[in-house]
Amino acid sequence: MAPNSSNGAVAPPRQARSRRSVWGERAIELLIYASGVSAIVFILAILFFILREAAPVLFSDRFSLTQFLFSTEWYPTSASNVRYGTLALSAGTLAVTVLAMVLAVPFGLGGAVFLSQFCGPRLRESLKIIIELLAAIPSVVWGFIGLTVMSRLIVTYTGAPVGVNVLNGGIILALMSVPIIVSIGEDALKAVPDSYIEAATAMGATRWQLVFRVLLPAARNGLLAAVLLGVGRAIGETMAVLMATGHAVQIPHGILDSVRTLTANIAAELGEAPAGSEHYQVLFLTGVLLFAITMLVNLAADLIIRGVRARK
Amino acid sequence: MNPVPVTSVQARFTRTPLVVRKERQQAAVRLVLLAMAVLMVLPLVAIVGHLVVQAWPALSWEFLVDVPRRGMTEGGIWPALVGTVYLVFISLAVSAPIGVLAAIYLNEYARDNWFTRAINLAVITLAGVPSIVHALFGLGAFVYAARFGYSILAASLTLAIMTLPVIIASTREALAAVPVAFREACWNVGATRWQTIRAIVLPNSISGILTGVILQVSRAAGETAPILFTGAVFFKAVQRGDLFPYRLTDQCMALSMHLYTVSTQVPNVREAIPWATAVVLLGAVLAVNAAAIALRVWLRNRKRW
Repeated sequence: MAPNSSNGAVAPPRQARSRRSVWGERAIELLIYASGVSAIVFILAILFFILREAAPVLFSDRFSLTQFLFSTEWYPTSASNVRYGTLALSAGTLAVTVLAMVLAVPFGLGGAVFLSQFCGPRLRESLKIIIELLAAIPSVVWGFIGLTVMSRLIVTYTGAPVGVNVLNGGIILALMSVPIIVSIGEDALKAVPDSYIEAATAMGATRWQLVFRVLLPAARNGLLAAVLLGVGRAIGETMAVLMATGHAVQIPHGILDSVRTLTANIAAELGEAPAGSEHYQVLFLTGVLLFAITMLVNLAADLIIRGVRARK
Repeated sequence: MNPVPVTSVQARFTRTPLVVRKERQQAAVRLVLLAMAVLMVLPLVAIVGHLVVQAWPALSWEFLVDVPRRGMTEGGIWPALVGTVYLVFISLAVSAPIGVLAAIYLNEYARDNWFTRAINLAVITLAGVPSIVHALFGLGAFVYAARFGYSILAASLTLAIMTLPVIIASTREALAAVPVAFREACWNVGATRWQTIRAIVLPNSISGILTGVILQVSRAAGETAPILFTGAVFFKAVQRGDLFPYRLTDQCMALSMHLYTVSTQVPNVREAIPWATAVVLLGAVLAVNAAAIALRVWLRNRKRW
């Protein structure tokens, strides 16, 4: 029966979607899947390409992994006896990171507690905005501040011969990681169930008792994760430590010694190492080492955060 | 939770020594924590103030549009300024679509299984990779393997991959803020998943996504390490005020790199120049961030659900 026949009502034909719309949708969903997988692709690509450049030296018989990890002698351009020991660089990274955390953790956690318990909503909002801005300052600007302002202050107040040293790098890195610790730490404190807080308040606890006896223990894991993320940031930071810690490849004996970190070493020497040379490959191997360290730290932080969420 | 209000009934109780001690302790703690918070805020104010004071003699319109002169010891920062704009927008053009689509996948399509967990792990790992490792990757993959050479293209792609997690995280947050009931209503009238996303989810979250994109701009503009070995150079001769001085395959100058160069590599620079460069870079980054924050606050006040 023709649809426009004069007698008898006909149900309106079901509006079929045009072929173009169906195929368009398929195409866009394919794109969405592809992008979803892209993060995995990129992370594997990063690993593949840095390993590919580092592999030749890793499997050459002139190179020993034990020496690479545990020797303090870094003489990549020595004419007679080339040695690639990164222990002094690792020690530099460790020293700067530990000092940064010693400074940043109390302030970060204190700031998180203050934001979540001791201030009104308006002050909290403005503080959070300032902390966000603090987190946005580029690392090269931090490095510049370390190189100029901080180093002059350090020379004036400690009498150190040079102002670019562990102390300088530690302070700069502390300032850089505090915002992360505050914001993640505040989230962790916010995740503590209200009933805990109500119970403590009902029993007459002061704010401080509430924080110290209830909130901090209950949010322990989240706060640990916040600190770990701060550590991850401090280890991976490059430009700030390159400019603020000096350029001495040595195991530091005090906080006024200059050091060089793993990251700064790559940034300082990659430009001089001819592509494909042994020196260049060792620098890529240092990159693999850094990748492994920061991945472990970040995954640990993530596992802890996930554990917190699952329990909630 | 709100502080317990002091009622007249409470006030009539005598304050025992224990209560007095508790109150003192409370006040002391509040003071200490307040001091800590102030000490966190102080650096931002002090740094910005000090930078501006030091940079004042060199800051001018001339400084922005002039090219570096006399071996970069004098003149302005025009080539670096334009170079940063190039790098930021090309990397944005690559990573914004991928990042938004990836977030759509994770928030709208992905089921809770091992594959999704693997993607999440990859995003977290990507966010934690040190910037200098991104530089190594960019050098190995884009400069050598893909044969782009040291170029704006290689540097932008490196930046794009580096900033991808930022945009994925913020877009996911924006998408998750759209109530599930909106989607369910749309599915109930027979719309497919993608139709729902296009008609309901995206219009309701577009401003949140925009905020994420803006934040990404500021992140990309400030990064130095990833472009150091992939496409940024110390110096490139450019016409004063030339808007399109670079091609995709050229190397370029960048603000962040320029700050590193004039403060560590070039001798006898006029003293105010590094400071002024830092002020321009910091000012641009903070302005972009402030815009993102303002947009977010404005949105929150306008939200209807």
